[in-house]
This record gives sequence, C-alpha cells and structure tokens, in this order.
Amino acid sequence: MAEHRDVDAVSGTVTTGHEWDGIKELNTPLPRWWVWLFYATIVWGIGYWIVYPAWPTFTGYTTGLFGYSTRGQVEADLADLKKVRGDKAGTLAAVPLADIAKDPALRTFAIAQGKAAFGDNCAPCHGSGAAGAKGYPNLNDDDWLWGGTLAEIHQTIEFGARSGHKQARDSLMPAFGRDGILKRDEVVAVANHVRALAGLPTRRGVDVDAGRKVYAENCALCHGDSGKGNKELGAPNLTDAIWLYGSDEATIIDVIANSRASVMPAWSGRLDPVTIKSLAIYVHTLGGGN
Amino acid sequence: MSTPWAVATSDGAVPMTKPIKPADLAPVDGPLYAPHKKVYPQSVAGTFRNIKWALMAGCLGIYYLLPFVRWDRGPDAPNQAVLVDFPNSRFYFFFIEIWPQEVYYFTGLLIIAAMVLFLMNAIGGRIWCGYLCPQTVWTDLFYAVERLIEGDRRERMKKDAGEFRLPRALELVAKHTIWLMIAWWTGGAWVLYFADAPTLVKQLATGEAPFVAYVWIAILTFTTYTLAGFMREQVCVYMCPWPRIQAALTDEWALNVTYRHDRGEPRTSVKKAEELRLKGLPAGDCIDCAQCVAVCPTGIDIRNGAQLECIMCGLCIDACDNVMAKVGRPTRLIAYDNEINIHRRQEGKDNVYRLVRPRTVIYAAIIAVVGGVMLYALATRSFLDISVLHDRNPLAVTLSDGSVRNGYTVRLLNKRNTQRSVTLDVAGVSNAMLHVVGTDTVVEGQPLIAVGPDQTAELRVLVTVPPGSKLAKSTSLTFRIADAAESARAQDHFILP
Repeated sequence: MAEHRDVDAVSGTVTTGHEWDGIKELNTPLPRWWVWLFYATIVWGIGYWIVYPAWPTFTGYTTGLFGYSTRGQVEADLADLKKVRGDKAGTLAAVPLADIAKDPALRTFAIAQGKAAFGDNCAPCHGSGAAGAKGYPNLNDDDWLWGGTLAEIHQTIEFGARSGHKQARDSLMPAFGRDGILKRDEVVAVANHVRALAGLPTRRGVDVDAGRKVYAENCALCHGDSGKGNKELGAPNLTDAIWLYGSDEATIIDVIANSRASVMPAWSGRLDPVTIKSLAIYVHTLGGGN
Repeated sequence: MSTPWAVATSDGAVPMTKPIKPADLAPVDGPLYAPHKKVYPQSVAGTFRNIKWALMAGCLGIYYLLPFVRWDRGPDAPNQAVLVDFPNSRFYFFFIEIWPQEVYYFTGLLIIAAMVLFLMNAIGGRIWCGYLCPQTVWTDLFYAVERLIEGDRRERMKKDAGEFRLPRALELVAKHTIWLMIAWWTGGAWVLYFADAPTLVKQLATGEAPFVAYVWIAILTFTTYTLAGFMREQVCVYMCPWPRIQAALTDEWALNVTYRHDRGEPRTSVKKAEELRLKGLPAGDCIDCAQCVAVCPTGIDIRNGAQLECIMCGLCIDACDNVMAKVGRPTRLIAYDNEINIHRRQEGKDNVYRLVRPRTVIYAAIIAVVGGVMLYALATRSFLDISVLHDRNPLAVTLSDGSVRNGYTVRLLNKRNTQRSVTLDVAGVSNAMLHVVGTDTVVEGQPLIAVGPDQTAELRVLVTVPPGSKLAKSTSLTFRIADAAESARAQDHFILP
C-alpha cells in the first residue's frame, strides 16, 4: 500500500495509497492517543465479559465475577422495599383500624399500599378505578350493600360475601318465579312497584297496587316497607338511583323471578391482615365511605 | 495555486499548499495515525496577553468564589447566592428561585448563550475560544505553572530532550503536584454549587462529606488535570465541535486573527529588507523570526492563513508587535482583520469594518427578544399556581340520590417563602358543590387550604352536581384559588356518566 502513497497537488495532503477509479483518499491522520483509546475500549469490553454474565454455554451462561443478574437485582430491590416498608407495616398492623386516619403519614402509606393491592386483587371484578360493572358494585358511590363504614368495609373484604367462609356476609333472595312462589303477573306487578319506589315510570296497564301488596307480603321483610333495604342482610336500597343489575323492567323481572346472588371471596388467608387493612382504608377513601 | 501570496513566497517559507514530492515523504510510524507533536508556547507580553490575564483572573475568581457569596432568603430557605439544590429540586440564583417546572428559563438561557457565541463569532471570530473557554483558561493557567517551574519554551524543549536527572525529576514532581492541586480545587469548587458551601468545606476538611461529593471532585480533578495538563490544544483540534460549526457560521466580514500578507510578503530578513528598500524594490515587513509560531498555544503558523486549530487568542499579535517595534516597523502586521481589507489595501483602498450587518443585527435582535421575553416572564410570574387532573377511572360516579360526582387531583403551588391560606372554588357548572377530602375549614362557602412555604399541596377534590341538572355530556369547569395577594386558575371538565 505504502508504495502507492502520493501527495495531492491541490491540498498538499498525503494520500493513503487507496485508489478507486482514479479517486484517491487523503490521509488526515488521527492522533495516536485516539487509537490507544480505541484499544482501551476493547480491553474494557473484554473486562465486561469477565465480570458480568456474557456468554451462553450448553447448560446456561457464564455468570461473571460479580455474580450479577437482573433477577438478583429485583430481589435486592424487593428486599430494600420490604426494609423501607418494615416500620410502617408494623405500625399499621398494631394501630386499630379507626385510628389510622389520625396519623396522616400512616394513612398515606395505607392508601398507597391499598391501591397497589386493589390493582392486584380487586380490579378484575371491581375495575381498576373501582367503578364496578353489572353485578359488581361501584365502590366510588355512596350506596353500600353491606355497609360503608370503615369497619363494615373491612369485614366484607376479610370474609367476603357468600364466600363459604363461616363469617361471610350471607343472604339469599328466593327465586320467586323459578321456585313458583309468585305467578308471572305478580312478578310483573311487583317489578313495576319497585320501579315506582325509585321514582321511575311504570308500564301502563300494570296493576301497581297489586304489586305493592305482593311487595308487602314477600319483599318488605328484607328490603323494608319503604324499600330502603337492609344492610344487615345485604338487601339493596330499591329507592335510590343505583342499580347493581340495571333498573329496566325486564332486568328487575329477571332478578325477582330467578334471584341473584353474586359472590365475593374471603380475603383473609389469601392476603395478610395489614394488606386487608390497607384495602379497607383505600376503598373507604374512594369517595363514598361513611 | 489560488492562494494570493503563495506566488510571492521566498525561499524560507513553506506555504500551506506547497506540494511535497512523494520522494520527500517522511517515514511516518503508522500511515493513518500521527504521533502527538508537543507544543511549547513561549511567553509573551502585550495587549492581548494582558486581556487574557484579566479575563482568566475574572473567570477563575468567579468560579472559585461564587459559591461562598451569601444571599438572605429568610429562615426557611438556603442563604447561598447560587445553589443547585437537587434534594429539594430548586435552583437559586441571587433573587431568582427556579422550580423544576420552570426549567424553560434554562432553555432561554441556552438560546441566549448560543446567540452570544454566534455574535462573538460574527464580530471577532473564535474569541470565545481564545479568551473565555474553560479549556483555554485552565490550559493557560497550567502553562503559567509549567513556565514558572521549568522555564520558557527553549528551556522546556531542552529539558524534555535532555537527560533525566534528579533536579529534573523534582521539577516534574513540583509541576504535577501544583497541577493536581489546581485540578482538585476545580473539582472542589464544582461540588460547592450543589450544597451549602461553608458546610461542605467543613465536611470535606473533616472527611465527612457525602460520598457523591468525593466522586465528583475526583472526576473533575481527573478531567482538569488531563485536559489542561496533557490534552491541551488537542481538545480544540480533535474533540471540540465548535471549530467545525464555527467554520460554517463565519462570513468574510468577521475580524479573525489575520497575517496581513499584503504587508508582510515577500518575507525576508531585516538586513535584506533594508537593502531591497534602498534599491526601491518591494520588501515585506515579515522578517521570518517565527515568534508568532513560538508563542502559539496550538502550534500553528498564522501566516498560512485561517486554520481550524487557531483559537484567535491574539498572542501572535503581541509577539509580532514586539518584534515590529524592535525593528522599527509599524505594529499589527498580524491583527484582527479580514481578507476583504487585505484586498482593499492591495488595491490602494482604505480599510472598512462592518460591525453592523444583517448577521450581527439578527443575532443581537434574537438576544434582545429572548432576553426580554425571559425578563418579562420572570418579572410577572405568579407565585401561586394550580394544576388539576381529572380522575381517569371512573370519569363520573352516580350517587344514590341521582346526583353526579367527578373526582379531581388538584395540586397547589406556593412559591413564596411564607405559609399561605388560599380559598378554592369552581366556576362554569351551576349548582356544583365542592368538597375537599380531609379539609373542613371553610370561609364563606369556600374551602380554605393551607400551603406551606415554598411547597406544594395535593388535594383530592370532589365536585357534585345535584340530580336533574341539565348539563352536556362534558362541561368546561374552572378551578380558582386566591388569597389576598394573588389568584390562579386551571381549566378542566365535568363529565356525566
């Protein structure tokens, strides 16, 4: 190569000796330390192979002198998190539910932890924003099937509803139509009466008065004479604007005829007491807590 | 050969464009990589050297001492005039306090800095490089130390080439010790901008400073020592992007350090020039003493014309002026000048200097506009602010009485150093009821919220509209906060299910 080296007449620069179809390459040399830095990066790269996991082998990979792994990093991070949470989690376990709100820092911690636990455990049914869905209550509103005080919410989360747990919230509405307790026209009549209770229009031609009688005989025991419901029994308030399954006539007829009994699992045993406490605090602050 | 003076070159000078014959090619140690040629700049006295000393003293003085300047901001705020407070995410500059969300002021500062650089370039070429760039300032300081200990150019060259004996070793130890001390102080001063300076100095002295402070001092000690002690002009030639950008930004009117070849050529010796002049023949003022080359901190020959390496520090002007004074010729054979004037003088015309031209006017105008906008924004900025975020899920909640509720996360910002109580209300939706979760203090139907000094407060705010309200699916809603002095507002929406 060197024997072809030449001097460019225009710039006075020496060429590299490379030539392509008469085009020559000028040699503007880099400083030598630049090359040394380039070699240094190669050495640095080899150093990386040695101290960090780098090469696959037949059974695994080279682990490197530092023993680094991303999984180990996650475990270390989790251990750190546990340490950070340690004190507060202990306090949260010791302080009675009603007193947590008195300590703003503890309350903030409980809400943050509750929010995370809600996303992991509750969101599949109640939605990530706790807005609920048909058959799954909205936890943001002020209507509570089993009570909306902190203690009541805590109890519902702990033992669930119709979960099979001994202390679960439990009740069962009869399937008035399917079990032959009420006749078809009685069901239609009582459904229209229920709509009237909530201030909703009734279907013309339906004997709402007959429905009121049916209601008094069959429904008032649980839902109350005026339809305000009974939180002890999980009997919904029929006079308000919130309907778990829907307020149209067909849906109400269906509920009366076939009954509905949605289930919420008991979380004691699945979640630790501190998490359940945090969940109760979080749900209570969503906007409707009593 | 398009260079105008190359034709007139006499025997001694090798112009940049003189071709080398292939036979004369020096055997270089690698075809593609050049060994470093060490530069030994000679000391020089003169106008531009004095300007450089003064600017160096000013720049280094500000850099090393500014962290110790105090500025009283009251009991709850740091009293350091210039402080980058990362833990509390605040930046303090005398009477100005910047929050992270006001970082756009820095954008403005960067625009102004760029424009000032461009303006300097349009007026005097790379005077930033020659006088103010930290690389130049610290290199200059390191050269001063080197000269003090090892002597001037010739001595240094002789010593580097000579035998390595004990006195030489002691000299080197002394030089590197002083260099490292300067470098250490450079790093030390740097970290003082990020913490209370007197406290940190005390901690550094007792070895109790945070680990990160030592790390940064070590990093800046290393970079200062390496870049100012060893890399020097190579930073400008090989690393810095500005010479490349500058070449594209400059124009023919910029006053660059220029060898006035119209006056200097043909170069010759003092004696020969006298003889020639007696015979009435042309003789240049350049006596080819190479003093301009000897003093150059980047090791170039300015007589070869404008070069990428030239930082336009003007030291060659000083060197040449001293020689011209000695040989009794007019000074400023090398001067801040341009090719336009060289050609004009060759045609017998007067020099023209055009400092006011579209380029300089536009740069100055941009500086004025951006500076003005920033000053206006700074002078009229609110010390109270509010930002609102509507709940994403659920957007709206129906309550048992049929009313509709929307939830918002509201953040209040108090940029004053005193605690303030502000009232919060909403406008835009009639009958809207406002509830701030956790706040029971209410003044005239409006919740009263306390925000600590120089702090923010985050609130959860619920807005409820009674049943039967005739609203669109989405209605515009304004949150307003106010105290006796100031008010602020933020726009959002009220949404129906």
